[in-house]
Amino acid sequence: MRTVGSLAPASFASLLAAEGLGVRIGPFDFHVRARVSGLAQPLQDLYRDYPLLDRERVFSAHVAMRETWRLRGGRRVRFSVDGRTPHDDMPRGQALAVLEWGLNLVVALRFHGFLMLHAAAVERNGRALLLPAAPGHGKTTLCAALAHRGWRLLSDEFGLLRPGSPDIVPVPRPMPLKNESIAVMRAFVPEARLGPTITGTIKGTVAHLPAPAASVARAAEEAPVAWVVFPRWEAGARLALEPIGAAEAFLAIASNAFNYETLGEPAFDTVRRITEGARCYRLVYADLDEAVAALDALAGG
Amino acid sequence: MAAPAARKDVAAQVRRLVTAALRDPAGVAELAPGELDLTLRLMRRAGLLGRLASRLGERGFPPALPRIAADQLVSARVSVEARQRAARWELDRLAWALEGAAVSPPVALKGCGYLLLGLPNAAGRSFADVDLLVPGRELPAVEARLRERGWQPTALSAYDERYYRRWAHELPPMTHAEREVEVDLHHAILMTTARLAPDSALLLGEARAVPGSRFRVLAPVDMVLHAMTHLMFGENLSDALRELVDIDDLLRHFGRREPGFWQRFWPRAEQLDLARPAFYGLRYAGALLGTPIPAEVAAASRAGAPPAAVLGLMDRLAPHALFPAHPDFPLRRSALARTLLYVRAHWIRMPPAMLARHLGYKLYARTAQPRRA
Repeated sequence: MRTVGSLAPASFASLLAAEGLGVRIGPFDFHVRARVSGLAQPLQDLYRDYPLLDRERVFSAHVAMRETWRLRGGRRVRFSVDGRTPHDDMPRGQALAVLEWGLNLVVALRFHGFLMLHAAAVERNGRALLLPAAPGHGKTTLCAALAHRGWRLLSDEFGLLRPGSPDIVPVPRPMPLKNESIAVMRAFVPEARLGPTITGTIKGTVAHLPAPAASVARAAEEAPVAWVVFPRWEAGARLALEPIGAAEAFLAIASNAFNYETLGEPAFDTVRRITEGARCYRLVYADLDEAVAALDALAGG
Repeated sequence: MAAPAARKDVAAQVRRLVTAALRDPAGVAELAPGELDLTLRLMRRAGLLGRLASRLGERGFPPALPRIAADQLVSARVSVEARQRAARWELDRLAWALEGAAVSPPVALKGCGYLLLGLPNAAGRSFADVDLLVPGRELPAVEARLRERGWQPTALSAYDERYYRRWAHELPPMTHAEREVEVDLHHAILMTTARLAPDSALLLGEARAVPGSRFRVLAPVDMVLHAMTHLMFGENLSDALRELVDIDDLLRHFGRREPGFWQRFWPRAEQLDLARPAFYGLRYAGALLGTPIPAEVAAASRAGAPPAAVLGLMDRLAPHALFPAHPDFPLRRSALARTLLYVRAHWIRMPPAMLARHLGYKLYARTAQPRRA
């Protein structure tokens, strides 16, 4: 299958601006059209390993982005999905981050056929490690580190499960590193090609770390949850990885889901299957290497 | 994407795909992938994706349906079921709140009414609010009781608050502190300033009890007339097609099941002063969705027709405004049609001076505050 990277940069840019192009990201086929100067090149870099799709098909969503201008506010970008704009125009310099967050929004609003956990997930030897966490707890950073230390990236944002199944459906995406994490990951993975550094977003400074090519190539391979770890980064803390009971884990997973109430009973069944089949822990860490070593040990080295 | 050959083709394709999906849901599985894609986008836009999903899912999704399409339909069904669950629970809590109060059982309007009766159009129907009709003299007691039991009126601007209290046919929406469903308490089905004045006492007088529920519903003919009134007076044209689909479903259902439905229909429309919206409702349901309407009722309804010039204009505007816009090729003509009908909906609800003041204020509010996309 052709990939985004197989297109010459000039053809990618002109397709993106004119009729748009189809990209497969895990279980989703997105149609993306963007007429924003400076966006094509970083976008193609971040998505070079993803399958390119022809136009004659059903898409999960049609997203688009274009430049706007306002007397107060200057040049901005407008994100739209199927012709509707879900939020206000954003500064043009943040276009890449706005597009990435826009895709998250589309997934969160449109795919209630999945139980959607606010969680990162990685896989090793056919078994998945689920990392549910609230924003700011270092989920993305830890996930990015694991994805470069022998684990396969399944997702850094959405733990997707089909109701009744304990298998994580991979949706590997560029990982948005924030603020201090950017320098941390540059040191941790010196060879990484990060996207442009975007300043002044609602989440501060953001730079995207592309999903490893091998993770993108194996995006159709699901894996059952074997471990659930609730991570929390805390400056200067001593590493602690402590098992928690199924009842506590159940509540923590259920309240972490985007759509537990919307899905109703199938969500209950799915969380129950996870807690029955997986070992659950809380992790407090300050040092990435230590945290990775502890999780490696959990998975049997 | 290749632009269609002509502007006219865009509107024709939209109409063809949407009506086909409504008439023969299973048929969408046979569409070419590009047309199926457009159909799903249009149905989503019209608020009808849940309905399509529920019709298709009755016997399991056709195997020919691509997985990406099935994922969207399953999601739409899950969302609609969640909303319906929330509405049922809100009704349950409202029944609890009103227990023992010296008020008559409220009448559940629109979506909640369809839900309570399990009517065919309730399956997969998305709706947001709980609308209740209560006699005007009981309104203060009902409002006070709901406030006591945890419902709060939505915070409004002073202008909007006054607009509701003085002229509207409903109170400002109320929401319970622990939930998100809006409850609208109505004392009439049209604004007090509207050119037509259906008598709420007549509607309440014919309302019917629902077995196993503390709520009542409008009588079948009144229920359809209310849907038609809402369609022609509503300002939210993005829901217009869904409302016409309700009308089509209800007419087909009651026409078969409710003895004397069609005999009573037109006389009741005239009695309630709703001949004009009833005329339009019958006309466009029949013309656009093929609703079967007995010839004698269609003939009688001509009495509710507007002058020929107005009718000619409405006939041209209505299909543009009712069908969703093509998401990639929105037509300026359709946008204009929607604007004209928006103004019309206000025109028939308020006297001209008040309308000018109201639209002027709304325009000011929109330009003075940061615009939301």
